[in-house]
Amino acid sequence: MTATTRPPASNPYYTLGAEIHDTKAPAGPIEKKWSTRKFEAKLVNPANRRKLTVLIVGTGLAGAAAGATLGEAGYNVHNFCYQDSPRRAHSIAAQGGINAAKNYRNDNDSVYRLFYDTVKGGDYRARETNVYRLAEVSASIIDQCVAQGVPFAREYGGLLDTRSFGGVQVQRTFYARGQTGQQLLIGAYQALERQVDAGTVTMHSRHEMLEVIVHEGRARGIVTRDLVSGEIETWYGDAVVLASGGYGNVFFLSTNAMGSNVTASWRAHRKGAYFGNPCYTQIHPTCIPVHGEMQSKLTLMSESLRNDGRIWVPKNPDDAEKDPRDIPEEDRDYYLERIYPSFGNLVPRDIASRQAKYMCDDGRGVGPLVTEVTQEGETQQRRRGVYLDFTEAIARLGRKAVEDKYGNLFDMYAQITGEDPYATPMRIYPAVHYVMGGLWVDYDLQSSIKGLYVCGEANFSDHGANRLGASALMQGLSDGYFVLPNTINDYLAAGPFEKIDDMTQASQEALESAVSRIEKLLAVKGTRSVDSFHRELGAIMWEYCGMERTEEGLKIAIDKIRALREEYWKNVKVTGVNEDFNQALERAGRVADFIDLGELMCIDALHRRESCGGHFRRESQTEDGEALRHDDQYAYVAAWEFTGDGSKPVLHKEPLKYEAIELKQRSYK
Amino acid sequence: MKITLKIWRQANKNAEGSMHSYQLDNVSEEMSFLEMLDLLNENLTAGDEEPVAFDYDCREGICGMCGIVINGSAHGRYESPVPTTTCQLHMRNFHDGDVIEVEPWRAGAFPVIKDLVVDRSAFDRIIQAGGYISVNTGSAPEAHSTPAPKRLADRAFDAATCIGCGACVAACPNGAGMLFTSAKITHLDNLPQGQPERMLRVKAMVAAHDDNGFGGCQNIGECASVCPKEIPLESIAQLNRDLIASLFRGDGRAQ
Repeated sequence: MTATTRPPASNPYYTLGAEIHDTKAPAGPIEKKWSTRKFEAKLVNPANRRKLTVLIVGTGLAGAAAGATLGEAGYNVHNFCYQDSPRRAHSIAAQGGINAAKNYRNDNDSVYRLFYDTVKGGDYRARETNVYRLAEVSASIIDQCVAQGVPFAREYGGLLDTRSFGGVQVQRTFYARGQTGQQLLIGAYQALERQVDAGTVTMHSRHEMLEVIVHEGRARGIVTRDLVSGEIETWYGDAVVLASGGYGNVFFLSTNAMGSNVTASWRAHRKGAYFGNPCYTQIHPTCIPVHGEMQSKLTLMSESLRNDGRIWVPKNPDDAEKDPRDIPEEDRDYYLERIYPSFGNLVPRDIASRQAKYMCDDGRGVGPLVTEVTQEGETQQRRRGVYLDFTEAIARLGRKAVEDKYGNLFDMYAQITGEDPYATPMRIYPAVHYVMGGLWVDYDLQSSIKGLYVCGEANFSDHGANRLGASALMQGLSDGYFVLPNTINDYLAAGPFEKIDDMTQASQEALESAVSRIEKLLAVKGTRSVDSFHRELGAIMWEYCGMERTEEGLKIAIDKIRALREEYWKNVKVTGVNEDFNQALERAGRVADFIDLGELMCIDALHRRESCGGHFRRESQTEDGEALRHDDQYAYVAAWEFTGDGSKPVLHKEPLKYEAIELKQRSYK
Repeated sequence: MKITLKIWRQANKNAEGSMHSYQLDNVSEEMSFLEMLDLLNENLTAGDEEPVAFDYDCREGICGMCGIVINGSAHGRYESPVPTTTCQLHMRNFHDGDVIEVEPWRAGAFPVIKDLVVDRSAFDRIIQAGGYISVNTGSAPEAHSTPAPKRLADRAFDAATCIGCGACVAACPNGAGMLFTSAKITHLDNLPQGQPERMLRVKAMVAAHDDNGFGGCQNIGECASVCPKEIPLESIAQLNRDLIASLFRGDGRAQ
């Protein structure tokens, strides 16, 4: 044990609470757990299902799949999304593909290998039982999607094509050109709309959840704001499902949709739902670099590009401004191939991202000079980009083959940057992309609030400290189509629960909380726009809680975030009124929650004095600079309990038990 | 660069709207069109004016949420060298001193909610009518049990890339939603899984299209010329062929 891993004797940031455990995964060998759980779960008679109401927040892969499936089963479903249509949820932007253990390639793939790769890729910080189940149901997802008419890529023989993806050595990734997320989401959306037509699902678009109603320990309803009229409404049911996505926008610049937010999760957290591993963030290596100060978002290009593209930087910093085509082979450093000869450009995302950062920190980045403030508070100029070069692939496969595989990504790059990627290498840089952290759930996907379930990116469960490529789509659909609909019945079997309405105390409190918060935001009438606060928060998070984190930096970040919160509630300027379509007000509520979340993320990152997956602590690395875990102390899920504004959160540890897999130092060399 | 914006401002669905002029300095050519509007809104907020409402979400051209008529063309198609969504249109396509007209989608089926924001829920209702394959979760056969010819799967994919943005409707002189509807028909028609409901689907979806305030299609082709995903005009021919065929078949709710 190194000195840096020893927790401080007393600390001003959190208190330690009781250990927690998942109580739902049954005993027995890992291959039998899911079938045993499905057998043991209580059932709801089909005739009784329509008497039970389920409220679902979010219509991405997890939410739409769950809504459609529960509707088909006969439950009375209400589904909410902030967009104008459920089809717009951000799952739609996923490009690369979806993993499944079909072994169509006859390349030694299996459920166990997908399970093993996912646990290893997550740097042994995921719950084994959940991950095994994910691998187990993965094949059914492909069957379901094909039956819905999802146009996956096919071979000339009419069968499905697959490709390999970062961090694995088998070809198990199914894809639909570079628009896999779009096609899968449209499949789920169509299934959902079919249920709307059948009358089992009622869709509420342009509605944002502001509070969860917890009555006698059970989640029984939600409070929403109608984003067109501003009306604050209550909705009641027997269970609430959050499928509201990830919170990468806490960094302001991310590849998430602009509207993606943490509000639904954060409001539930404040009501008692534990937040699991909030600091586990995925920084995606292949994004288009930042161009300027008014930039509103970053655009990802699928890492499938790494299958054929080669990543390099000039060996000599003086070559940064040269036309890359004029830099001879011997002056290029294909650094991933050099450092990781067996995985090369296909190393997991966290490694590829961090190496790109190091190359640029070393002064060998390319592209325009960007002004930045270092952790030490100094201003410096750095180039933040590395080359992703297809010259060799175009020579080997021909331009046509490259176009067929990656055409839409190349077009996107050309449109955003104004450069032609067929002629000159693309420039890429890592960007915040996905969060592995999320609300804590048990094997049934139930949070620490009874009757509150969490699916997809919004929960913490399956990816540990780092997610492998093409696993997010798999998890969203696994949760939505196959897991939740087979576990929520165990809870609903005790319903319908006692009827509650707006006169119930819990409802009144939730309503009052939602309304007074809006009034408070509108009443500040300060001088700074919501976006300016959001950008400042993002800069703090990126610098101190991004690709590399330190004890000292995280403490600085926490102080800065606290000061920012103080200023926010004194000086934010929200124009307009509540009773209107008011986008400034929408954003104001979301940013307030991001500020609170940002602080918790930093506390979580500070307390975890080890490196694992996407969480890299400078103090904890191997001699050759790789993430160094401390399994003796940190092989647990950090589940945080909210204890009140300005009061220290409580840390509950869920120990991670590895029975089917042996813990190893991750190596991709 | 400096530009002048003429933007449609309308307080709500029932209010009268009108064009308002705004000057904007410090526009850089790397900005996307929506980032330029963000800048305008920051300025308006600073001056205690209400920001311009406009829809956006992914800002990478795939969610279909954004949609503005720019200088008379949907998504500013005629300002861009390539098909584009509004969010992927960049200011490098404009010049210092330009006057840019900015309006919402204008179509009977898409009432204005505020400023540049419109209600496109009619699209969802067309899908509800039959834009799906009826397969409950869990009942799917093994994925390889039904091979699909690559040529047809690719054609299905091309149609399935529709993002439901509504540019086709905004561009159509009749306000028809036929390119959108036919994209879904073409997607599902070209797959073996789509065959059982094929005739039922086309009748139901066309009926929903007509019931939701869209105009009639006269094959003018403005729709396909602005489509950010290049959904081909032939999709409409596919729809019409199926619709005619369906009239001689008994199945379908719209019979």
